[in-house]
Amino acid sequence: MTASIATNQTILVVGGGIAGMTAALEAAECGKQVILAEKTPTLGGRTSLLYRYFPKMCHPTCGLEINLRRLRGNPNVRVMTMTEVAAVTGSRGNYAVTLKVKPRYVTENCTACGDCGNAVSAEIPNPANYGMDKIKAAYLPHGMAYPQRFVIDPSIAATPEGEKAKAACKVDAVDLGMQEETLELTVGSVVWATGWRPYDANKIQPYGYDRYANVITSLEFERLADPRGPTGGKLLRPSDGKEAKNIAFIQCAGSRDENHLRHCSRICCMATLKQTQYVREALGDAGKSTIYYIDIRAIDRFEDFYQNVQKDATVSFIKSKVARIALNEENNSPILHGVDTEGYHRYASEHDLVVLAVGMEPEVTGVKLPDDIILDSSNFIEGSKTEGMFGAGSASSPLDVNRSVQSATAAAMRAVQVIHKTASTEAA
Amino acid sequence: MTTANENAVAKYKNNFLKEVEATVEEGHWVKMCMQCGVCAGSCPFGPHWEHSPQKIFMMIRAGKREEVLKSDSMWMCTSCYNCMVRCPRELPITHIMHGLANYAYRLGLSPKGQPNQAIAKLFWDSALKYGRVNELKFSLAMYFRDGFVQGVKNALAMQSVGLGLVKAGRLNPMEIISGHTCKDTSGIHKMIAKAREIEDRRRGLA
Ligand SMILES: Cc1cc2nc3c(=O)[nH]c(=O)nc-3n(C[C@H](O)[C@H](O)[C@H](O)COP(=O)(O)OP(=O)(O)OC[C@H]3O[C@@H](n4cnc5c(N)ncnc54)[C@H](O)[C@@H]3O)c2cc1C
Ligand code: SF4
Ligand code: SF4
Repeated sequence: MTASIATNQTILVVGGGIAGMTAALEAAECGKQVILAEKTPTLGGRTSLLYRYFPKMCHPTCGLEINLRRLRGNPNVRVMTMTEVAAVTGSRGNYAVTLKVKPRYVTENCTACGDCGNAVSAEIPNPANYGMDKIKAAYLPHGMAYPQRFVIDPSIAATPEGEKAKAACKVDAVDLGMQEETLELTVGSVVWATGWRPYDANKIQPYGYDRYANVITSLEFERLADPRGPTGGKLLRPSDGKEAKNIAFIQCAGSRDENHLRHCSRICCMATLKQTQYVREALGDAGKSTIYYIDIRAIDRFEDFYQNVQKDATVSFIKSKVARIALNEENNSPILHGVDTEGYHRYASEHDLVVLAVGMEPEVTGVKLPDDIILDSSNFIEGSKTEGMFGAGSASSPLDVNRSVQSATAAAMRAVQVIHKTASTEAA
Repeated sequence: MTTANENAVAKYKNNFLKEVEATVEEGHWVKMCMQCGVCAGSCPFGPHWEHSPQKIFMMIRAGKREEVLKSDSMWMCTSCYNCMVRCPRELPITHIMHGLANYAYRLGLSPKGQPNQAIAKLFWDSALKYGRVNELKFSLAMYFRDGFVQGVKNALAMQSVGLGLVKAGRLNPMEIISGHTCKDTSGIHKMIAKAREIEDRRRGLA
């Protein structure tokens, strides 16, 4: 990569998920210079780890592919992966940014042939499957990864395993001497598209995610349903590898709860309605989904999706927030205890597998942000005091893909205005 | 003379929620309940009493005044606080339950002969009289509340516990004769009378 040429006419987009990609592209297609900084080795963010996405149940490939094509064709965007923002100072129109770039140990020469991966034997927990399976320590993050370039895990870089990878590479793309780099840039505006992370399910003590193998999160369930996931698309119980037929979904796991996240995460009702259809797809009429909920929030035009799922005889709805989960010690099946609100019936219901519809919390929770940034009471980014930095996508509010894209477009337009105004004041 | 209950009925008409908000400790929280059911499912006694907190709060909002105030459920609460720590809306459920019990008692509507109510009353009578609870008299009063014969049976059944407490210095057999009180019992009585007067005025129970 050549020396940085960012100026106060450049827009920095932090985070390369669907929102960050969109913001970068919208601004770039208006002719602005953009740096898109992503901390992991690939663009795509959490959308690329979904099996299918509502409302149209398409695979994430379709949405991402279009954006990647736009990206390849646009010289105004400079993509930097494995890059994190360490500090931002300054104000609207003039920010000094410090970026930290971690070593990938693989250069742009990589053709993604996979020889290095075949050569090494060390394995690491697979980040694309939330560690539910393992991959080689020289790997491509996932099939849709952009750039299509391998990564060598730092745990093997300085070992004989690293040397094996280097020896196997025919185009000499492995560079084990790479070091972490720090870059200083000037930019005019910053779009924070840092996205979300799942609420830590271990903190929801009565549900026993930390104790029971067959209590998993909705994110893990996406991976179980995916043919590229750890079970090849089969809905298997982690405890014994048997097929899970009778599956419970617990809504608001960590959301709408003053003890956990106080906001409604907004997408998890839809995510669960969608996931009941994975059960149907995998098992037909033999599968059974039970949704335990406070109320179903199928935001605006998704009401019809909800109605269709209601018509599905394999799906039942129980209006109740589950109080606690116990374990049937004989078969490791979770037993859900609670009282349903429609009639106040007490239940103790056994299921093969429990999926916690965990809430979305901003990825920047606990991260030191510039003082200028304004956060809401749940740490979502509302904007900045001098109005030169903006939140986009799920970093700004719990949003689905469609709304993340809308929000990112709006943020890009605001960033473009900042650049325009900076340019015109300087010209005057 | 009208009773406190008749006054309350006249004042709040059919708006029982409003009545609870004005007169029950922490009663203003009741409207915050979102009927999720976590409290009902978390109560260790849940299966054994008729009205869970969730149900009580819905009944209050539905104006089921008699049913709520005459319920013995509030008296079954052991103050384990399971519901309260788990409630996603942070309702001080345990306190509301005790507040309701107290209000029902003050109106004379609480179920007669409810054992926990009887114990609570003995406890408070002792505390108010002596400025502290006389453990021995309190225990004996409890044993003998269903008559002499049952009292002896109860005392025998609890013998080992009682002896254990004596050994541990937690129960002094001499208390039956003198029973030490606090230094200024009449001062305590005055304080309590004043506190009650203020509270009753505020809650419309005067
Ligand atoms: C179980 C589940 C199922 C879902 N299903 C659907 C669905 O079917 N349909 C739908 O529309 N939506 C769905 N969603 C929501 C969807 O995942 C989000 O709308 C989407 O991921 C938002 O994209 P984003 O770009 O805002 O954030 P992200 O996808 O989180 O991307 C943020 C990116 O920023 C990077 N980043 C974070 N911090 C930094 C930093 N400091 N520096 C540099 N980079 C950083 C991250 O590595 C990541 O790549 C689902 C969510 C869940 C929980
Ligand atoms: S979207 Fe549904 S599951 Fe998610 S927090 Fe809101 S109500 Fe709960
Ligand atoms: S746990 Fe709280 S919000 Fe839920 S039903 Fe009980 S009191 Fe209401």
